Amino acid sequence: MIVVRNGQVLTKSGTVTADVVIEGAVIVAIEPQSRMTGATEIDAGGAWVGPGLVDLHVHLREPGQEWKEDVASGSAAAAAGGFTAMVAMPNTDPPIDAGHRAGFVHERGRRAGLCRVMSAGAVTLGRAGRELAHLDELWDTGVRVFTDDGDTVADAGILRRAMEYLAGRDCVIAQHAEDPGLAAEGHMHEGSVSSRLGILGLPALAEETVVARDLALVRLTGATYHVQHVSTARSVELVRQVKAEGLDVTAEVTPHHLFFDHRAVESMDPDFKMYPPLRTEEDVAELRRGLIDGTIDAVATDHAPHADHEGEVPFEEAPRGVIGLETAVAAVLTSTALDQETFFDRMSIAPGRIGRFPDHGQALAAGGAANVVVIDPRREWVPDRFVSRSQNSPFRGRPLTGTVLATIFDGRLTHTGEQAS
Amino acid sequence: MRHLLTTEGVARAELEDLMDLAGEFVDVLGRDIPKVPTLRGATVATLFYEPSTRTRLSFERAARALSADVLTFNPGTSSSAKGESLKDTALTLRAMGADLMVVRHGAAGAAHRVATWVDVPVVNGGDGAHQHPTQALLDAFTLRRHFGKLDGLRIGIVGDIGHSRVARSGIHAFSTLGAHVVLVAPPTLMPIATDGWPCRLTGDLDEVIGDLDVIYLLRIQVERGGHSGFTSLPEYVRRFGLDDERFARLHPEAVVMHPGPMNRGVEISANLADHPRALILEQVRNGVAARMAVLFRLLASPQEST
Repeated sequence: MIVVRNGQVLTKSGTVTADVVIEGAVIVAIEPQSRMTGATEIDAGGAWVGPGLVDLHVHLREPGQEWKEDVASGSAAAAAGGFTAMVAMPNTDPPIDAGHRAGFVHERGRRAGLCRVMSAGAVTLGRAGRELAHLDELWDTGVRVFTDDGDTVADAGILRRAMEYLAGRDCVIAQHAEDPGLAAEGHMHEGSVSSRLGILGLPALAEETVVARDLALVRLTGATYHVQHVSTARSVELVRQVKAEGLDVTAEVTPHHLFFDHRAVESMDPDFKMYPPLRTEEDVAELRRGLIDGTIDAVATDHAPHADHEGEVPFEEAPRGVIGLETAVAAVLTSTALDQETFFDRMSIAPGRIGRFPDHGQALAAGGAANVVVIDPRREWVPDRFVSRSQNSPFRGRPLTGTVLATIFDGRLTHTGEQAS
Repeated sequence: MRHLLTTEGVARAELEDLMDLAGEFVDVLGRDIPKVPTLRGATVATLFYEPSTRTRLSFERAARALSADVLTFNPGTSSSAKGESLKDTALTLRAMGADLMVVRHGAAGAAHRVATWVDVPVVNGGDGAHQHPTQALLDAFTLRRHFGKLDGLRIGIVGDIGHSRVARSGIHAFSTLGAHVVLVAPPTLMPIATDGWPCRLTGDLDEVIGDLDVIYLLRIQVERGGHSGFTSLPEYVRRFGLDDERFARLHPEAVVMHPGPMNRGVEISANLADHPRALILEQVRNGVAARMAVLFRLLASPQEST
């Protein structure tokens, strides 16, 4: 039995000061000053207690690039970051475009046992953008998120066919929106900083034209659609408009796009290289606004591990992406100061719903699944070393506010910060 | 000055100091034995990841004229062809005793990165389309020798500005020294956002050519996609090439510059490259002295400048 004492607990009927008692994989009681005692007692000390966090967007690199990360090391990083469920992107080697490949990732996740790992499935075979992947097989293996992430399904005809094929099923097509022609060889946001540094730019329009086009396809097909790592103010506005129209569209934003703008690239440090790139201050302000008002439904880390030596090259030659699982809580709280209810909605409840996780992302309740996180929203720390196999984080050495005191997955303690006992 | 990575933010006094030093080294290079013992015992390593014979030779000539030893790293035949990272190469050369590294690379920020890994001065010998500070220094030095000063000079930089590290370095150095810079290119060869840059922009060479004291021509960087910035080469030459007709409309004392390598018949007509008012070989000559000044300042007396 685990008892989390004295937390601000997010329940279905609001936030209450209470103890959370867990037995097996189930929450058995949420009550003030519970007289039950557990083999494990965690003193929340007034900190936030809520449903385990859900990440819609991680790269676990297995199979194929295990020197960067694998499902087990990524699961450990997730636990350290407060996550109890995540969606692994299919851009592995080989890509996850068939049922048995997704099954392999799911099995690795079960074996690690630190986090619920659901693989996303590729939309197209080999993520090559030409013909549909084995969508039925993927569906049968439990895949509920389909994306060619890392690449865009650039051919509108293919995307339309995928939307029509999956129509009526409880799943979502997620898009890494980046027009290949406009993106060209861009390495950072196209603007004043790229012009100064002489680095080819990737214009905001590369994202916005794909989002606009895809939303028109959603209108045509009635598909359920999700914009991955939205990065520009205009993309947020496009999503806002179609939500008002009633289309079944959601969006996610990464912690680093909420935190940094393109001026960070002036350091020419590859830890600030990601796709989509860091945008302007105005874009960052709109991303924060969109997350707070709910236009952007969820935070997703786009956790993208790369080994140190892969980044020991000039910016333009460095691989794309940064890790994010272990700094997500702090980066979000530091950049947006969300209240508890909004925080858990964007970090757990909404992504749990979008990712179709039955036992994750629900406000805590007696009888509910014991996937729980304890977060001190005020504690300051400076990230240094990470549990992830890779260390490519833009937050290294940067003071942040908000720490994960404990993560409980499936009734088991998978992470404790220093305050737990 | 610990490294020389960019001209942005380099103060006028520092540029003047380097040019004063370069002036002394021009005299040294004119002697029967063009060599001084100043950097005897020091080792200068050149890491040139881009094919660039002229800049590398210029640095090596400068190092030898100061009696430094030279370590030449040639990536085509070295470990980088076997997959060694930039960091490992830099650390290896440092371990061999390099006291200063000159880094030329096709990617922006390469020299900046090296400067974070090694504990010796780093000179940016050109990084992608970003910066080429010694080129700007030698150009400024050439202009100062020719005109006496840069204050008030009207300098037109013409051509593939977007892909040009020479332009990005020159803009800052020239304007810091008091010159007025105008960039001349079709919109497709201009940087995207130039707000706050200390220069003016135009797409019409003929509109400004009569006002220029210096016309600084750039090569189209085909290897970086510069050719996709215009419709055809003849059309580019017609609008932006320096031919006899345009040359005749320059101020009678105006000069022509080019960082090399030149494409005769494109940005500059074949005969004008050899005109007495073309300072192109003078730039090359002064390049050795300017680089001697940089090596000297960074290795012999780094504490004297800030």
